[in-house]
Amino acid sequence: MTILPTLPKRLHGASVSMLYALGFIPAVFAFYLGATGQLPGNAIKEFEHLLGLWALRFLVATLAITPIRDLFGVNWLRYRRALGLLAFYYVLMHFLAYMVLDQMLRFPAIIADIARRPFITIGMTAFVLIIPLALTSNNWSIRRLGQRWNKLHKLVYVIAAAGALHFAMAVKVVGPEQMLYITLVAMLLLWRVVRTRFLRWKRSRTGFTRSIAATEKAAG
Amino acid sequence: MPSYRVPRIAASEITPERCFIDRRAFMAAAAGGLFLGGTTSGHAGPLKASASAYKLDEPMTPEKDVTSYNNFYEFGTGKGDPAANSGSFKPSPWTVKVDGLVGKPREFGLDELLAFPLEERSYRMRCVEAWSMVIPWIGFPLAALLDKVEPLGSAKYVAFETVVRPDEMPGQSGYFQPLEWPYREGLRLDEARHPLAILSVGLYGKTLPNQNGAPIRLVVPWKYGFKGIKSIVKISLTETPPPCTWNLTAPNEYGFYANVNPAVDHPRWSQATEIRVGEGGFFGSNRRDTLPFNGYADEVASLYAGMDLNANF
Repeated sequence: MTILPTLPKRLHGASVSMLYALGFIPAVFAFYLGATGQLPGNAIKEFEHLLGLWALRFLVATLAITPIRDLFGVNWLRYRRALGLLAFYYVLMHFLAYMVLDQMLRFPAIIADIARRPFITIGMTAFVLIIPLALTSNNWSIRRLGQRWNKLHKLVYVIAAAGALHFAMAVKVVGPEQMLYITLVAMLLLWRVVRTRFLRWKRSRTGFTRSIAATEKAAG
Repeated sequence: MPSYRVPRIAASEITPERCFIDRRAFMAAAAGGLFLGGTTSGHAGPLKASASAYKLDEPMTPEKDVTSYNNFYEFGTGKGDPAANSGSFKPSPWTVKVDGLVGKPREFGLDELLAFPLEERSYRMRCVEAWSMVIPWIGFPLAALLDKVEPLGSAKYVAFETVVRPDEMPGQSGYFQPLEWPYREGLRLDEARHPLAILSVGLYGKTLPNQNGAPIRLVVPWKYGFKGIKSIVKISLTETPPPCTWNLTAPNEYGFYANVNPAVDHPRWSQATEIRVGEGGFFGSNRRDTLPFNGYADEVASLYAGMDLNANF
């Protein structure tokens, strides 16, 4: 099944750490450029938008782990927590950049934005929803919550949809970039709908022996 | 072993940005066999103008920001797209056709436009996206051009159109086109005749760079930036309100008047405050209160006396 050469098990931990390190590079680099006055034009907005875009990218990557395994037999499950947490950190930084750098802690303006502007309301909702997922992204919580963990983490579907919508509604004209993320998220969510049927078909065709229950548990 | 040191480069040896940005235009022209010994005036050249009384105490937005952070969807929707994608745009030769309800319809060539008495005027520019700049424009009052064509008594509005050149403006070709072309804008005739309204042909002492609307654009500093239509090829005087691109695209978001008004929010942005571009980087105190009519209320508020500015946003 596996198309790619298998990564030796002893490197798994290191590869996850590497993913975290690489994942923060866009934020660190952009912050450096912005803080030293090297981002052109509206530096704060550029930084804010970059953080939001990377949050969306990591959300898409998180949701892609399951279909990649289903379709190509490549198991990158070990990276999913890191990708999800990177998405959370970018959402958090996106919000902090908005609150601190952009609005300069003008709370009445921030509250008015959240209440009055649908795209900010949606973005804030996604931010609030991703917090419990980040807090329970540890082995202890998985053990402790059992099946409820799976249910809770299905929230990521809502978060990703809200994120893509937030992106599309934030711009004056929905362009190819917004369409790309809406399409990606829609396809990834659609996969969850057809997945059980696909796995059953695949099992009947290839004599795939693993139980659906086991794969579903991992999919979350 | 001695460690390698990067040699210091004298400032005088660093290639000016304009030279290497020009390279793309040069290569395109050379490849097409159009190179005639001297690049076209696609990029800004020096332009003389007299000083004017229109000055501001506020610091100018650096030229780098004015010419690299633009909304000009004909070249793409990203802020950096106009500077990156306008290299092959040819702002010369150029004519502006003025017609409609006028006594003397005619065309103005670029040299005729540049022959108007040019002044340097520093204006605040407030984008509807809640950012702003201070820009030293070079231009002449729109009224001076209107006088030459003698508007008829029936003329009530002025309509403007941007050039359509899909071959030179990548935003105007392909599958995804953000707006309907040509980009159109309009003013009431009394707004158009207001002394603050100018046709700009330059900034920072040079002719307009392509990304800023070369060779001629409208500047109405008390209105949101999208009213400042760029690369104008047609001006028509009309009796009825002319169609305006953003107003047609989203009438609930962009009104015909589009006067800067901190009390009337855009659905997606509060208009109460603005970020001044190129000031303070990340940590300067660069969010400031937006002023009614962008700080030009004393001059222009009387144009709207008795009007409900909430309804006529």
